[in-house]
Amino acid sequence: MEFLYSIFVTPFVEMWTAPEFLAEVVLGGLMSGIMYSLVALGFVLIFKASGVFNFAQGVMVLFAALNFVGLIDAGLPIVVALIATILIMVALAFAIERVVLRNLVNQEHIILFMATIGIAYFLEGLGEMIWGGDVRPLNIGLPDDVWFVGDILIQQSEVFAAAVAGSLVIALSLFFQYTRTGRALRAVADDHQAALSVGIPLNHIWIVVWAVAGLVALVAGIMWGSKFWVQFSLSTIALKALPVLILGGFTSIPGAIIGGLIIGAGEKVAEVFWGAAYGGAIEEWFAYVLALIFLFFRPQGLFGEKIIERV
Amino acid sequence: MTETNTNSRIGEELLSVNNIDLSFGGVKALTDISFNINKGEIRSIIGPNGAGKSSMLNVINGFYQPQVGHVRFKGKDYTPMRPALAAKSGIARTFQNIALFKGMSTLDNIMTGRYLKMHSSFIEQALYIGRAKREELEHREKVEEIIDFLEIEAIRKTPVGRLPYGLQKRVELARALAMEPELLLLDEPMAGMNLEEKEDMSRYIIDVNEQFGTTIALIEHDMGVVMDLSDRVVVLDYGRKLADGSPDEVSSNQDVIDAYLGVSH
Repeated sequence: MEFLYSIFVTPFVEMWTAPEFLAEVVLGGLMSGIMYSLVALGFVLIFKASGVFNFAQGVMVLFAALNFVGLIDAGLPIVVALIATILIMVALAFAIERVVLRNLVNQEHIILFMATIGIAYFLEGLGEMIWGGDVRPLNIGLPDDVWFVGDILIQQSEVFAAAVAGSLVIALSLFFQYTRTGRALRAVADDHQAALSVGIPLNHIWIVVWAVAGLVALVAGIMWGSKFWVQFSLSTIALKALPVLILGGFTSIPGAIIGGLIIGAGEKVAEVFWGAAYGGAIEEWFAYVLALIFLFFRPQGLFGEKIIERV
Repeated sequence: MTETNTNSRIGEELLSVNNIDLSFGGVKALTDISFNINKGEIRSIIGPNGAGKSSMLNVINGFYQPQVGHVRFKGKDYTPMRPALAAKSGIARTFQNIALFKGMSTLDNIMTGRYLKMHSSFIEQALYIGRAKREELEHREKVEEIIDFLEIEAIRKTPVGRLPYGLQKRVELARALAMEPELLLLDEPMAGMNLEEKEDMSRYIIDVNEQFGTTIALIEHDMGVVMDLSDRVVVLDYGRKLADGSPDEVSSNQDVIDAYLGVSH
């Protein structure tokens, strides 16, 4: 009885009596949700354009952050380190296309998926070989003050992160909508053969997509690294993007964003208000259970293309 | 194969396929196929189901690489032809089972046909400056002409996945035309259409041929349409060439009649 009470009554009473606190929890959740969104965005880009589920996306976040923080620690100014890391991520896209994708073109999806698992472990190893396995703080001079809106406390760094993520998404959408390469990317995502027939070079498009996914990973890595430091567990946290994708739909960019926000806010609220009843650590599994429930009722996700079975 | 053309519309040879052999594993799809297509003509490829017609088009635009033989286009040998090369050198096509970009609008679909004609760099596009912006506007104008020509103004902004079948076929033709091809390959452009839609499509094909001087290779099942439109017809059956000539010659050929009526081989 007491257990039921702690699940169905107490949390709501707490929310009701301290709405500012609830708002702070939700806001904090939304901020980590943005990080999930950024990683999920990288997955969606590659999945849409090449049908490849890129298991290495999480490690790409780590790899980008490692290079960035490594170069800064080596004494480079932040801007130079940033440009150098961007170049590294673009070079990585070229290498992946040349060494992996080109040789596996037209193979089953599962084979490409296996290849990305290989890429993931290779990158993790390469990162550790070059930069070592230490946890490194990343300080890029984000403001660390707080604002008060009414009684609600807001971290300036989180607002900054949200602004960066937001502008990135808007810039990407405009690019996809209004440029020749953006249109070609969407075309390749829809139909390979038709894209080939109008002369769109698939190899070139894959490089662009992986490079853009690399840049998104870099942004996610910087944001995450400056919050929780750069460490190898980044790549596992990034796997939270999977439930985000199930929620948002694998092919939808807005889906990735909104899915990330829902999961970020949901798991924080669950942890804070229901954590006590379950003995804590709800945050660890909340996202996956939510995804499982979604799979039962809406397998294509919130924004995914409807799955129509023809008999 | 070299009957003289009195029609001034038709010029010299634009494309030829020579001794094409194509097989998948042990299955032979095409055996020793040769024919040519002259500049400005409408050339049909016909034959019963499974005769190898679509395979033939796929060889011409490089989706399939034949084991033997080569494709000659504008006086140049292509062994093998590749889709990218075909598009670059002026061959456009449509597909039997419509291959459009379903999530994109009609306008965007047709704009992809301009891909090779646009040259702005990645940086220019990312910042939407210089050539990127200018080109978008220029090519948009050309695309609007094609939209007018095919009378699809009303569906400009509609995602093509939502359009009825007949209109999708028309958008696919529009996308191919946007490439301003010298040779247009049409794989069953009228399959599944009703009579009125077929008549419209026939009219567009004739207009494209006459107004733009585009050479057309056409696969079609409707014999009435084929006989009306074509300058010359090549007949395939079981991957072999059965006959080649004017519509009249072909339709009076005994082998062709047998193949279509199912007399034993």
